[in-house]
Amino acid sequence: MARIIAGVATSHIPAVGAAWDNGKTDEPYWQPVFKGFERSKEWIAKVKPDVCIVVYNDHMSAFSLEIVPTFAIGCAAEFPIADEGWGPRPVPPVKGHPELASHIVQSVVLDEFDITIVNKMEVDHGLTVPLTLMFGQPKEWPCPVIPIAVNVVVYPVPTGNRCYLLGKAIRKAVESFDKDLRVVIFGTGGMSHQLQGPRAGLINREFDTRFLDNLTVDPRALTKISHLEYLREAGSEAIELVMWLIMRGALDDEVKEVRRFYHVPASNTALGHIVLENAQP
Amino acid sequence: MALPKEYDDLPGTIVFDADRAREGYHLNMFCMSLMKPQNRAAFKAAERAYLDQWPMTEAQKQSILTRDWNGMLRLGGNIYFTAKLAATDGLSFQQIAAMMTGSTQDEYAQMMIKGGRPIAGNRSKSEWKNLG
Repeated sequence: MARIIAGVATSHIPAVGAAWDNGKTDEPYWQPVFKGFERSKEWIAKVKPDVCIVVYNDHMSAFSLEIVPTFAIGCAAEFPIADEGWGPRPVPPVKGHPELASHIVQSVVLDEFDITIVNKMEVDHGLTVPLTLMFGQPKEWPCPVIPIAVNVVVYPVPTGNRCYLLGKAIRKAVESFDKDLRVVIFGTGGMSHQLQGPRAGLINREFDTRFLDNLTVDPRALTKISHLEYLREAGSEAIELVMWLIMRGALDDEVKEVRRFYHVPASNTALGHIVLENAQP
Repeated sequence: MALPKEYDDLPGTIVFDADRAREGYHLNMFCMSLMKPQNRAAFKAAERAYLDQWPMTEAQKQSILTRDWNGMLRLGGNIYFTAKLAATDGLSFQQIAAMMTGSTQDEYAQMMIKGGRPIAGNRSKSEWKNLG
């Protein structure tokens, strides 16, 4: 039986990827960011997941306004790296796990989550920056990755509660897969940030701290945060935090926080990161 | 036209909803075309002619030609699309964010280093009115 053993949440700021790709990790501005992930990299190197499920949003790289799936899952064997306007990031292509991905589709659709199947998809910084932060830059990523893309760009985006319940459905799917795989699920994006308009640069440390605290102890409280509250309190792009709730829903009710990191600023954004393990191993 | 929206009260923020997405469809799809290097080159070589391939309004075209980053958003643009135009110009997210807030690069970067724009005083339009 496959099992989800732990969850990782992290922001997926493009400038962090660019800093890594351009060898700026030791610059005073970026050094604290990369240092903040050192122990998490050690953690995941020990955990050695067989598969990572990475919940992220496409920033209009693979998708556009032509098709806007609310939830989509990558079922391909390989996902090329998108050119987001500066050329593709110099990172390895992402290898998928078509067998488990198709099984998840089978299970969650019958569980009434009508996820879109994607067999051809380029992946952008939303997915690759978290991989870089957790794995550095190996010649190949250490395990297959199943991308789950969530629309958080065109309103209305899915509610936090819907995301949390999808996480539970994904967990059920993984646990009915007939192979002994140890799976780590990533929720990415956030935390407080606004990239657009005259209010750009908004950061709300109190909101973020409460979110990080409740992620462990009271995730159901987080599922009640309305879109308006995210927008007003944490900035227009903070809505990405609903993707953290997919990760959280896929874990046990009781989890332990094994790692937390919070840093302002990374470009326009409050960078947040947490590692959660199921309390009962 | 839809009913008034609960997020209309947010200061300095345009929520990219279905109405905006419909209005800005061609503007955003123009930005999308800039993901290909040959299209970036063609646009830079003759901006107006390139824009005329899309059935945009004249106001939308002007907002692009003048790089009115807030104007593009008001006319249905979305930041993840307009960021592709910024990338074509060699600008980062932080650089266009500074422009949209009316700050210099340095002022904006300093604001972020000091912890970002505070939430106090930035929750609703009524708070911005009092700035005089």
